[in-house]
Amino acid sequence: MDHREESPMEDLLLPGHAACAGCSAPTAVKLTLEVLGRRTVVVVPACCMAVIQGLYPKTCFSVPLVNIAFEAAAACASGIEAALKRKGERANVLVVAGDGGTFDIGIQSLSGMIERGHKVIYMCYDNEAYMNTGIQRSGATPWGAWTTTTPVGKRREFKKEPKKDLAGIIAAHNPSYLATATIAFPLDLKRKVEKARDSEGPAFIHVLAPCPTGWRYPPEKTFEISKLAVETGIFPLYEFKNGKFRITYKPKERKPVEEYLRLQGRFRHLTKEEIEKIQKMVDETWERIESETRTEI
Amino acid sequence: MYKVITGNAAAAYAAKLCRVDVVAAYPITPQTTIVEYIAEFLANGEMDCEYIRVESEHSAMTACIGASLAGARTFTATSSHGLALMHEMLHWATYSRLPIVMAVANRTLGPPWNIWADLQDAISQRDTGWIQFYAKNNQEVLDTIIQAYRLSENERVMLPSMVSLEAFVLSHTSEPVDIPDQEKVDEFLPQYNPPFMVIDFENPKTIGNIALPEETAKHRKYIMKAMENASSMIKEISKEFQEKFGRYHGDLLEEYELEDSETVIVSMGTIASTAEDAVNLLREKGEKVGLLRIRVFRPFPERDIKRKLEDKEKIIVIDRNCSWGIGGALYTEVRHSLYPGGPEVVGFLAGIGGVDVTPSDIMKMYEKAKKEKGGSFWYGP
Repeated sequence: MDHREESPMEDLLLPGHAACAGCSAPTAVKLTLEVLGRRTVVVVPACCMAVIQGLYPKTCFSVPLVNIAFEAAAACASGIEAALKRKGERANVLVVAGDGGTFDIGIQSLSGMIERGHKVIYMCYDNEAYMNTGIQRSGATPWGAWTTTTPVGKRREFKKEPKKDLAGIIAAHNPSYLATATIAFPLDLKRKVEKARDSEGPAFIHVLAPCPTGWRYPPEKTFEISKLAVETGIFPLYEFKNGKFRITYKPKERKPVEEYLRLQGRFRHLTKEEIEKIQKMVDETWERIESETRTEI
Repeated sequence: MYKVITGNAAAAYAAKLCRVDVVAAYPITPQTTIVEYIAEFLANGEMDCEYIRVESEHSAMTACIGASLAGARTFTATSSHGLALMHEMLHWATYSRLPIVMAVANRTLGPPWNIWADLQDAISQRDTGWIQFYAKNNQEVLDTIIQAYRLSENERVMLPSMVSLEAFVLSHTSEPVDIPDQEKVDEFLPQYNPPFMVIDFENPKTIGNIALPEETAKHRKYIMKAMENASSMIKEISKEFQEKFGRYHGDLLEEYELEDSETVIVSMGTIASTAEDAVNLLREKGEKVGLLRIRVFRPFPERDIKRKLEDKEKIIVIDRNCSWGIGGALYTEVRHSLYPGGPEVVGFLAGIGGVDVTPSDIMKMYEKAKKEKGGSFWYGP
C-alpha cells in the first residue's frame, strides 16, 4: 500500500518557523499533520515547540494550537477531548511534547490521561535533554552523554544513568496504540500516526528527534543520524497494540553503535571501553525486544 | 424547594443547576463530598456532563482550562493543599481569560496536618487574578456559584471565579437551602457562548505563544480593566439576582447595623456571620457598633470601603489568615483603603488553624480594641 497517496498532503506547518537548522521536530510534526489534517487541535507544553511555533502575533501552525504549562499537556488535552465530546465535535487532539515534559515533569498527567482512556494522540519528540533551556540532562538522556548539567570535566561526570524506558512505562498502561518512529522512516511514521488516529483510545508515539545544537553535530547530518539510530538498534522501530509488541523495521544487520556515537560531539569523550559498554546495553535491549515481539499482530 | 443540606451539597446543586459541561476534580478533605454529590447526580441521571476524575488538582485545573478553551462551561472544587498545587494553573486560567468557576472549601495548610477552617489557602491565591467570593452560609454558596458564572462569562469580565466556603463550618454543616427551579436558573444564566473561540478549525489560532514584554504588558492591562468591570458587574448581577430569586447577600460588601455605628467590625466568611450576633449583644449593652462583611476580596471594594468607613471612629478587622510578617490580609487592605486619614484600624488574627471564634470572642476583641490606637494583634491560643 502506498501511503503517499492515501494521506492528505496539505502542509499545515507553514515555512518560516523558528527551529534551529537541522532540527528534526518540525519535520515530525509536518508529517503528522499531513495525516491528521485540519480538524486537529495541537497542545504544546513548555518545550522547543513552544519557540518553534513563532513569536506572537505570528504562528507557523495552520491548525488550532494551545500552549500549556510544562507538566500539564496531557491534562489539557484530556479537557479539550472531553469538551469536544460533550459538544459532539469530531476532531483529533494531538499533544506535541519534548522529552522533559514527557519523561520527567509531565509523566504524572500523561499516566493519568492514558489510564482514563482519553482519545488523544500524544507525540513525544525526544531530543534526549532539556534543549530549550540549553542542553540539561533529562530522564531521556542516554548513558554516556555530555550535557550542561552532566559536564565531563576531569572527573568524567557524563551521564551515568541509562535512558528511562518510557515506552515500557506507557506499555504497562496498555494504551490503544504505542509506537516509536523517526523522520528517517517517514512512511513508517505516517502509517503509525494513521493507526494512532484510528485507535479507540489513547495513543502514544515516541519520535527520536536528533538535535544538532545539543548533540553537537552539523545540521545536515540529522537524517543520517536518525537513520543510524535505527540501523544500530539504539532506537528500534516498533509498535504495541492489544498488549503485544511488533518490530516494524528490522535492520538486516545491526551496525555498530560506534558509527552513531562518533558523529556526535556529546559522546566525543567516550573511551573504547565505554563505547563497548553502550554496545552491550544495546545488544541486551535488542534481545529483549526481539523476545517480546515474536508474536505478530 | 427547601432542602436541609451541607455547604458542599449546595455547591454541587449549584453546579448541576448551572448545567456545567465539564467537571474535572480530585478528592481532598473537606471538599470531597462536592465531587461525590456530582458523581451521584450523574450516576442517577439527574445531571449530564463530562466528568474527568483526574490524578491531581494540578490536572483538575488544567483539564478545566483545556475544556474551557474548547468552549465548555467548566466546574471544579478543591481545598487547601489542592488549591496550592493548582497555583501555577490559576494564573494560566486568568491569563487565558477563561470563565472557570471553582468552589474552595477553605482549610488550613499543613504542617501540621490540620483539616479545619482558615482562609490561608484562598488568600494565598489572591494575586492570581481570580475573582474571590467568601460565603457566610450555605444558601449564599449556592446562589454565589450561579452569580459567579454570570459574572465570569460576561464579555467585559472573562475571568475565573472562586467561591469560598469554610471547612466544616459550612462544608459539612446542614442548613435549610432554597434550591431554585431549573427554569429560573436557565433564564438567569443562559448557555455559555464564548465571545472568542480558540479552537476554531475554520479560523485556526495559536494561543499562549511567546510574546514580547510590550505585548504581554498590554494583555495584563486588560485584566486590570476586566477586574474594574467585574466590580460594577457584581453590583448589577446581585441586584438582578435579587429581583429574580428574592435573595440578596450583598454585592461586594454586606452591611449590618452600619448606619449609626461608631465602631465597625470588618471580616469575611463565617466569622462575619458570627459577628452579627456579637453586634446584637454589644448593641444591647448600648455600644454603637456595626459590621461590614467583605463578600468579594478580589476585586477589592476599596472605594466602597472608604466611602462607608471614613467617618467612623474605629475599625476592627478580624482575619482568619495571615500575611506573615505584617498581619491579616484584610487588615492591611482595609488600612490601605482608608489612607490618607480615616479612623484607627485595629487588626486581630483569629480562628487560624480552625480555632472556633464565638460571639463572646468578638466581644473581647471589641473591648481590647477600645484601648488600642491601631496595630495587629494575635487573638486566642
